[in-house]
Amino acid sequence: MQLIACPWCGEREEIEFHYGGEAHIAYPEDPYALDDEQWAQYVFFRDNPKGPFAERWVHSAGCRRWFNALRDTVTHEFLTVYGIGAERPSHTSTAPAAPRAKGQEASR
Amino acid sequence: MIGPRDNAPARPSPTTTLNRASRPSAGPGDALPDHPDFLWRNPDPKPSYDVVVVGGGGHGLATAYYLAKNHGVTNIAVLEKGWLAGGNMARNTTIIRSNYLWDESSGIYEHSLKLWETLEEDLDYPILFSQRGVLNLAHSLQDIRDSKRRVYANQLNGIDAEWLEPEEVAKVCPIVNISPDVRYPVLGATYQPRAGIAKHDYVAWGFARKADAYGIDLIQDCEVTGLDIVDGRVRGVRTTRGDIAAGKVALAAAGHSSVLAAMAGLRLPLQSHPLQALVSELLEPVHPTVVMSNAVHVYVSQAHKGELVMGAGIDSYNGYGQRGAFHILERQMAAALELFPVFARAHMLRTWAGIVDTTPDASPIVGLTPVENLYLNCGWGTGGFKATPGVGWCFAHTVATGEPHPYNAPFTLDRFTTGALVDEHGAAAVAH
Repeated sequence: MQLIACPWCGEREEIEFHYGGEAHIAYPEDPYALDDEQWAQYVFFRDNPKGPFAERWVHSAGCRRWFNALRDTVTHEFLTVYGIGAERPSHTSTAPAAPRAKGQEASR
Repeated sequence: MIGPRDNAPARPSPTTTLNRASRPSAGPGDALPDHPDFLWRNPDPKPSYDVVVVGGGGHGLATAYYLAKNHGVTNIAVLEKGWLAGGNMARNTTIIRSNYLWDESSGIYEHSLKLWETLEEDLDYPILFSQRGVLNLAHSLQDIRDSKRRVYANQLNGIDAEWLEPEEVAKVCPIVNISPDVRYPVLGATYQPRAGIAKHDYVAWGFARKADAYGIDLIQDCEVTGLDIVDGRVRGVRTTRGDIAAGKVALAAAGHSSVLAAMAGLRLPLQSHPLQALVSELLEPVHPTVVMSNAVHVYVSQAHKGELVMGAGIDSYNGYGQRGAFHILERQMAAALELFPVFARAHMLRTWAGIVDTTPDASPIVGLTPVENLYLNCGWGTGGFKATPGVGWCFAHTVATGEPHPYNAPFTLDRFTTGALVDEHGAAAVAH
């Protein structure tokens, strides 16, 4: 089974996690200003790249905290994990994320 | 099948074969028959076509076939990045049914089922279409309500659908466990007798063979790498085998639709996921129908050859890798055993995954795009196989006339903006 490196708990089995889809989708700052097309984009349209994808995961059966990950959708390899609210890291490096030890503060 | 070939080396006659021991020049295999005739040519791409269909799976082949048959368009290339029908057409569980809830879905899926019923004669090719019926099981009071509602909706649309009580379920499929003494007892089922299965490869080959006979070029190993768009109008495609000009371009690339659409600057409401399936070893005929269960989460039929064919839901994350996680299969087989205790000693033989393009409302997108002469067929998610002839028919109409066919008119891209969704999450079942 694939191991996923939770930023807070370290590497755990995939079944402990749930998927949250594309990351960095912010609620509209002024919802009343959006037209139908903009609402459709916010509600229904998502990126669907073949390759690195910034997405949300939650460690449901562990610390129950959300985090972001950059994952390759072809190899399913986690390229890096990072905190909610942090900038999307560049994906020029394909080195796998270094697992963080238990108890270690998330770096972001 | 063995035809004379001008440049073929002389074959040994039966007499010389019998005397092979005395002929040291005879090699191993000399006595074997020639390769059977190929079902289609394997041409190189021409510089230009009236229509380029991107995607040589079931939908692309059917679209090309109906463009020729119904609309007289034959200057067509079907471009396939791998081998013909080697994507989801080779990976589905071959279930065919039309018992969807909404009128819009009934239209296109029932149109497809009607075409399936005469497809073998139409293609003049065996496709092993077997109308063995499908049971959609109900396991809770809410399941019963939803199922009956769907049965009534189907009947209003002229689709054969009925509600079966548990004892009637057991008459249709004796190996389903209808004991009340299980975690999710079978409380009844919807039944569509005209539903069934077909041999997916034969379906693809049948369409390919007929399309080829019309002079359509089926071009394999030809991946589209770009779309040539000038002033909002598509002019052709760039491929790994050179540029090809096209009057019209029809996209039918299932899991890779987002990647292709991005070449036209379009963003689609699609997410591509792995969908896994598996087969057992060959067994005696034990399973006479198709059984699907939303709540227990599996669908099972038995192929003509004897394998049990099973599938379940998609892997949760986006993926293009044509493989999924093992724990999904484990859960799927646990579900199958819950419904069919008789399978306890069956062995899983092979597993695989396809890439399915899911939409927010579990209905497809078939129609025009903001780019002129660029047409889109995608979003069939987990259930595109059953639609193969129906969507081929309607998509061909859309491409040939520039207007959607009435059956695919509701399935526009802009329904996600207008809000006119066709929510089939219920009827789409565990997967279609």
